[in-house]
Amino acid sequence: MRGHQPVYVLFVLLVIGSLVAGQTVARRSAEGPIKIGFLAPLSGPYVQNGRDILNGFLLYLEEIGSQAAGRRIEVIIEDDEAVPAVGLTKARKLVERDKVHVMAGGLLASTGYALAPYIDSMHIPMVFPVISSDDLTQRRPAKWIVRTGWSSSQSSHAFGEYAYRNLKLRKVATIALDYSFGWESVGGFQRTFEAEGGAIAQKIWCPVSVHDFAPYLAQISRDVDAVYALFLGRSALQFMKQYEEYGLKQRVPLIGSGTITDEHVLPFMGDEALGVITPLHYSAALNTPANRTFVAAYRARYKKLPSYYAESMYTGGKWLVAAIEAVRGNVENSETLLDALRKVKLADLPRGPLELDDYGSPIENVYIRKVERVNGDLQNTVIETIPSVSQFWKYNPADYLRRPLYSRSESRN
Amino acid sequence: MGEPRRLILILVVALLIFLPPLLTSYWVGLLTQMMIFAILAMSLDILLGYTGLPSLGHAGFFGVAAYTVAVMSTAYHASFWACVVGGIVVGTLLGVAFGLLVSHVRGVYFLMITLALGMVLWGLSYRWIPVTGGDNGISGIPRLEAHAGLPMTGPIPFYYVTLLVFIACSVLLAVFVSSPFGFTLRGIRENESRMKSLGFNTWLHCYLSYVIAAAFASVAGVVWAYYNGFVSPTYLDLTASSELFLMVTLGGPGTLAGPVLGAGAIVLLKNVISAYTQRWLLILGTIYIVTILGAPQGLWNLRQRHTSRVH
Amino acid sequence: MIYLTTQTLNGLFSAALLFLIASGLTLVFGVMRTVNIAHGSFYMLGVYVAYTVITRTQSLFLGALTAMVVVAAVGLAVQHLFLRRFASQPLAQMMMTMGFALVFRDAAFMIWGGDPFTLPYPAGLRGSINVADIVFPAYRLFVIVVAGVVGVLLWIVNEKTFVGAKLRAAVDDAEMAAGTGINVALLSGLVFAAGAGLAAFGGVMGGPILGGYPGMDFDLLPLALVVVIIGGMGSLKGALIGSLIVGMIDNFGKALVPELSYFTLFAPMVIVLAIKPTGLYGRA
Repeated sequence: MRGHQPVYVLFVLLVIGSLVAGQTVARRSAEGPIKIGFLAPLSGPYVQNGRDILNGFLLYLEEIGSQAAGRRIEVIIEDDEAVPAVGLTKARKLVERDKVHVMAGGLLASTGYALAPYIDSMHIPMVFPVISSDDLTQRRPAKWIVRTGWSSSQSSHAFGEYAYRNLKLRKVATIALDYSFGWESVGGFQRTFEAEGGAIAQKIWCPVSVHDFAPYLAQISRDVDAVYALFLGRSALQFMKQYEEYGLKQRVPLIGSGTITDEHVLPFMGDEALGVITPLHYSAALNTPANRTFVAAYRARYKKLPSYYAESMYTGGKWLVAAIEAVRGNVENSETLLDALRKVKLADLPRGPLELDDYGSPIENVYIRKVERVNGDLQNTVIETIPSVSQFWKYNPADYLRRPLYSRSESRN
Repeated sequence: MGEPRRLILILVVALLIFLPPLLTSYWVGLLTQMMIFAILAMSLDILLGYTGLPSLGHAGFFGVAAYTVAVMSTAYHASFWACVVGGIVVGTLLGVAFGLLVSHVRGVYFLMITLALGMVLWGLSYRWIPVTGGDNGISGIPRLEAHAGLPMTGPIPFYYVTLLVFIACSVLLAVFVSSPFGFTLRGIRENESRMKSLGFNTWLHCYLSYVIAAAFASVAGVVWAYYNGFVSPTYLDLTASSELFLMVTLGGPGTLAGPVLGAGAIVLLKNVISAYTQRWLLILGTIYIVTILGAPQGLWNLRQRHTSRVH
Repeated sequence: MIYLTTQTLNGLFSAALLFLIASGLTLVFGVMRTVNIAHGSFYMLGVYVAYTVITRTQSLFLGALTAMVVVAAVGLAVQHLFLRRFASQPLAQMMMTMGFALVFRDAAFMIWGGDPFTLPYPAGLRGSINVADIVFPAYRLFVIVVAGVVGVLLWIVNEKTFVGAKLRAAVDDAEMAAGTGINVALLSGLVFAAGAGLAAFGGVMGGPILGGYPGMDFDLLPLALVVVIIGGMGSLKGALIGSLIVGMIDNFGKALVPELSYFTLFAPMVIVLAIKPTGLYGRA
């Protein structure tokens, strides 16, 4: 028994310690700071994306001295590891234990779908600067979520038309991550591309945790006009490298979702990225005064180019603070805060104009970008601007919503 | 059962019944989670502690039952009782089928085959996207109170429903392990060849033990689906099965209170510790190593003066 | 034809990595009769240690060497200090390794952070080989060759050396081997350390393509287990055949039946275990 006692005692102490420590559950009070719960992947394959989102947010907060409407702003940061289940657990902790007044962040579309029912049930507003799950502002609207980023199919709708008319592509193979972002983005592209007369020859799906693209690249048929790829984070880096290694770069032009050449990975790529054409609602190379200022400030602070992820929560932060000021700091009243969040109007954002449509999804410019080397560095040069693109493209919302959500097996539109 | 242990038991049950209205919703939620995992851990203990069959894929049944509830409620809009019964039945049937493959192996081979089966289930949940949604998981499971037509809604009513299920399962399992069948299982654990020579059909006993373990794991899975509102492959992967294994071996296999203790401790530590530090895995791993070194029979069995031999 | 060749080569590459990792695991099981849940952790530690060395010295060779030595030492320490006292209790040993797997994972996170990385290609192996319209990365071919060489070396040690003979005796029947004077405890330590070193080497070889990232230990462990089970625990030949089978199934499965790709991997494992638990070449 003597040999066992230390273990037993240690264990009991640990449990009691946790119980005591757990009692420090926070309270929401009107005198204290405004508490913002922030969720993003800070480890794992999407750490670059998550960290960029956080950095954009922090840059904005620094600019305003971390204060709004006379109250201090406190940000509680949690790592969701880009796993929806972990995101849900951390959201619970932020809302129920830390008693935050408002939430922000999230990266993957799958996290969005996982969090939405919980956020709606807890009546705490959440700003989604990046999460692009289409249906959150379409068929499964989430009342308490305010989307300031984009929807998955928004830019790919525009791109499908552009690819047919301007790039003169007729036959395209797609290879994308096998989750809602991939399905919705490819679905949007396919719809407008096929409406123009184009054809999607193949659709290849890679598991979200993919590392080795070899078995998938080997399947790509060589007689397509282009390959549309959708990846982000580490998978984008590896895909680009392996696309070249398997001899495809020389033979088949690469296009795809803006995330594959976004600035969170572009500086780490080499010549294999040159010439890739993608659509997105932002580019660090966008030549407007607002963007030039933002890029300079971000570069000075973080020594790297801002990606659309960074811009997303820089703007998201601005949006949030504008709403807080509109309710004069009374964040304890969630209903009025949510109302204010939906009514924010901002001008001179780094990405250009931004307003919300009736369904709560952004209407903004879509930029067609091409990767070029300028002054020794790679950049997403803007070659075309398509203004005021909404989540419904040119379709009538009621008609659009009658169709089902884009899924991975859609072959006929 | 000794006097001190009986007192502890009564105290714990009383606390579970009367404490929640005084606690914040965060703690009520944690207690609910602890009870769900306690049921799951007890179900694994039937196999591991009582029959001596180490299963490293047990989270699979939990996950399958949860997925069944999710699919039936979101895609087919089935009624509450249909979902509950469906979840338990599908999980149990899976145990009936898998049991045929595993009941003749023992020891490390049993470990490997159950790990493999757990991985098969995980792989299906991850890639059979038309049904499971893959990595996205399935969200939007209706709240239990609304789905079941209960008059009140919120964490407290849900907690008491879970408490009811937990007490019911504990009583059933207690009756089961003290029945002649339960004692036969313990005999198989201690010395299978002797049991065979005494005329027992050890294959059948192991098979039934596996099926019953699967059934109770499914019950836990059904409650979990409603608690979490969301299911994804994460809840039945290797890490989940390993944590479950840890709950049982840490708490004390071969008893019913042990797994409950282990489940409660791990859920508590996981949630509270990770609020302060990211080093949750390091702490859990260290606790585990220290426990195996100092108390290989688990913590609940520390009172026993047995040799430090693990089955 | 291009497709078939490319996919077959892809399969060989996967098989090469799997062989390096599974060979250690199967030998550990053969001698110690326990499943090392921390085996994936050794693979992970290998690539992380190599990363530190390579960012300083730019040499894949040095990185691989350091990784093997360091991780083998860690393996030896774990076996000697913690596992040895449970020599006749394989389940307790397995649970210990489970605890260590968690500790190692978090230790790696603490030391190296959560950012994923890939190792740089060694100079000279950066491009692709282009033969008859088939394009295949040079480095992957290199890994296939290296794994082959390692396989031959292991075979020589196993079949032609005194240590190898002792090893085979211990795998066959540990009690009898001890009875003839073989120091099974020492042998267990050496095998465990060697297995760890081999896994680390596998991690480094895979480094330029798969890289290192949190969670890679548990990503790889099930695959290694499938190889060992199909091939037979304790058998090097089994590890080789098993790696080939799994490597091919994995690559072709992902292409032909993507929805069932994990199923096609693990179902054979279940079938083998149900019918012949000792695997194709294993011993009872």
